[in-house]
This record gives sequence, C-alpha cells and structure tokens, in this order.
Amino acid sequence: MIALQGIEFSYPGGEPVFKHFNWTAEPGDLWAVLGPSGCGKSTLLYLLAGLRQPRAGRILIDGKVLERPRPRTGLILQDYGLLPWATVAENAALGLRLRRFYGPDGLHAPPDERVTEVGPRVEPWLDRLGLSTVRDSYPSQISGGQRQRTAIARTLALEPDLLLMDEPFASLDAPTREGLQDLVLGLHSERDLTVVLVTHAVEEAALIGRRILVLRQPPIREALIFDNPGGGTPGFRASPAYPAMITALRQVLDGGR
Amino acid sequence: MKRGRVLIAALALGALWELAARVLGRPILPPASVVLLTFLRELGGQLGLDALASLWRVLASITLAIMLAVPAGLVLGQSERLNRVFAPVIYLLFPIPKVVFVPIVLLFLGVGDTSKIVIIALILFFQILVLVRDQAAGLRPELIYSVQSLGAGRRALFRYVYLPASGPAILTALRQSIGTAVAVLYITELFATQRGLGYYIYLQGSTLFNYPKMYAGVVAMSLLGLGLYFGVDSLERRLYPWQGVR
Repeated sequence: MIALQGIEFSYPGGEPVFKHFNWTAEPGDLWAVLGPSGCGKSTLLYLLAGLRQPRAGRILIDGKVLERPRPRTGLILQDYGLLPWATVAENAALGLRLRRFYGPDGLHAPPDERVTEVGPRVEPWLDRLGLSTVRDSYPSQISGGQRQRTAIARTLALEPDLLLMDEPFASLDAPTREGLQDLVLGLHSERDLTVVLVTHAVEEAALIGRRILVLRQPPIREALIFDNPGGGTPGFRASPAYPAMITALRQVLDGGR
Repeated sequence: MKRGRVLIAALALGALWELAARVLGRPILPPASVVLLTFLRELGGQLGLDALASLWRVLASITLAIMLAVPAGLVLGQSERLNRVFAPVIYLLFPIPKVVFVPIVLLFLGVGDTSKIVIIALILFFQILVLVRDQAAGLRPELIYSVQSLGAGRRALFRYVYLPASGPAILTALRQSIGTAVAVLYITELFATQRGLGYYIYLQGSTLFNYPKMYAGVVAMSLLGLGLYFGVDSLERRLYPWQGVR
C-alpha cells in the first residue's frame, strides 16, 4: 500500500528530518506512528498525504509515485480543518462537492467516479456518526468531538482506502476520545481501510496500533517498528499485553534521549 | 441593537431638537417638525433627485472598490512573497486621509462623477484590501491542508475557501468605512457639481438661505449614511450568521 524508498526531507533552512528513510505498510494495516513533538511524525503524514514532497527518494502509494494529494487518501487533523462559515452538513459534503467541481479527472478526483448527488452519500455518514441533530449548526456551535466527527464524515463520504490521522483525538476529553478511537477501529475492520495514526501518546499508540512505528530524534534514518498483534482489538485495554507494550515503548523513547 | 430602542432614541433626539429650536427661536435652527415636513415635501422633488445622485455615487464607489480590492487582497493574502513587497507600500498609504487627494483627483479626472466615485472608492479600497488580505492570510494552514487533501487544487481553494472567507471581511470593511465615505462624498459634492446632497445642502444654506430645506438636506445625508450602515449590518447578519456565534 505504502512504500517509502530512500526518502530525504528537510524544511527550507532546517536540519534534515528524514535521511534515506525506508518504510512500508501493507493494505489493511493499522499503524500508529509514535514520537515526541518535533520528531517528524507530522511531516511523515504530510509526505504520505502528498502535501509535501521529499527532496530525494520516492513515495509509492498503491504502486504509484505520489506527487500530489491522492483522491483515495483521507486526511484527518487535530484541528479538524472545518470551514467556519459552513454548517456541519455542508462541511461533510465538501469533499463530494469538490469531486463534482472537478469531475472524474483522475487528478483531483478518482477517474472512475462521477458524483451526481451529494446528499444521499453524506446523509448516512451524518446518521452513523450521530451528527443528524447538529447538521445545521456551525462548527463554532458544536463540541470538539462533534467537530472531529464532522471531519471524519467528510473524509469517509469520499470512500478512502487509506486514512491518515494526525493527533486526531489530542484535544478531546477522555470519554470522547475513547468513543472516537472505537469508531476508527470499527471503521478499519469493517471497510478494510489502511490506517496510519500519528500520536505523541504512548497509551494511544499501544491501544490502536497493530504495528507501531517509533520515531525519535531527527534526522530519522531507520524505521523502528514494534508488532502489537492485539492492538486495535476489543478488550485489548484489559489484557496484560497492553501495559507491557506501553512499558516497551516508553523504554525505547527514553533511551533515545 | 433592538429596532424599537433605536426608534425611541431617534424620537428622543427629535424631541430635544424641537425643544431647543422653540427655546432659541431663531431661523438658523428651524424646529424638527418643520424640517420633517419640508423633508417629506422635498423628497418628491429636487431633494429626492439629489439623494439619488449621491446614492448612485456611493454604490458605484462600493462596487468599484470591491472589484479592485478583493482580488488584490486575496492574491496578497495567499502569497507571502508578494505581501512582503507590498505591505510597506500599503502601510504608508493606508493611514493617509484620502480626502486630501480630492484636489488631485479632480485635476486628473475632471469635475464629473468619475472623480467623485474614484475618491470614495479609494477610501473603501484600502480598508477592504487590508481586511481581505488579513482574512486570507489568517486562514489556518490546517484548514488549507484539509481541503487540499479532499482534492482541492488552486481553483477549488479559491472558490470554496478564499472567496467565501473574504465575504465577511468585505462587509466589515464597508461597515468601518462607510461613515468616512459619506463624509467625503459631501465634500466632493461641494466642488463644481449641480447634483447631489452636498450641493443641495450648500445651495440651500449659503446661497438661498432656505434653512428648513438645508436641514432637510442634512437629514437626507444622515439617512443615507445610516441606511448604508444598517444595510451592511443586516447583510452581515443574514449572510454570515456563523460570525455572531463564534
């Protein structure tokens, strides 16, 4: 699904973030990318989203070199990225409106999909994510959890096969966060999504990631990977493997300082 | 602001005026009731025509200013490099009271409508330019990234993000500068014209010494400013209800 081949990346005038970095992810994988702030994990996600380009090396997604945002990749950010002047329903419909705007050009929208009606494809997601009652509210009028649900509805209405999430639950309170974590795990298993979730929280990485990529101080040369077979399964939080994984991750993070 | 309260305030000011005029008892301050009657009578005649001339000039200026300032503001707001070049220029020109350009614009564009429209548009232009630019530049990068990740290229970003984002900035700019615009309109209408409320007021006051008519002109000019302000205000509330609930 994803192949990073010899990636080099640095911000203008900055130190290199990635140096000859390789990493692969298989279709249907559930990845957590863990690391302290400034380690380059958000950069990795923006690279995967096609919003930034590596200085050297290639990023292949689904076998194709990534040069711009790919229509079947969904991106969800911590700060939701909703249009403040549009209602929940309008925000959720934005992706489909954009597809209709461009038509199936294969560049901004998948070549095999012609969007005619937006409503019927958005409504089920508003229902499913419990947003029907706030459909006519503006982002400023709803809770953080509802905003993130709106962003998720907007992305899922586009039927992505790869879902990239950058600290999606970091600004939510604990019960809301757990509810949304369960939602994402449910969607992953039901829709055969490949998920890459970036987080700075060790617990979240251990809970959700079936495979965990740990990034430490840049420049990052090697992918440090933990297998976490129980991650993302129901009841994992109560199993002894969960705290053991947390301890292991903490050790490797502390060792990197 | 509640409409009822505004109406009460207007009535109270009118009553105060009436009282002051009766106490003073001089022709240079006719009572509000007399002015109101004159105003209503004149509205169907010369005053109405002059008011229309003034209204046309303001609306034409607003249209011209929006057409020039919005694209410029959006471009500057999107391009850091261009903004770095132009920001100092705008910084220099923005605080200059544009009314001092009146004689210059008159020299270049003559005494017709064009010069009056241009000078008012100039005032609105900078206000709109700066607010639209800042609005576009202030859009969070996360918002832009999200919309790009949904498939938006430059065209769609403009259509779905930058353009709608500039709407409230335009109205805020108009609300802030409409008062100045009407004031400058008055000044431009004192120069070499025979139409417009400014001319009407000047003619009645300084040449014909018809004070009730002069005051009716002042009332008309005030109503023009108020009407534009209220118009912008209600457009803002109707078009952008999300702003009030922030």
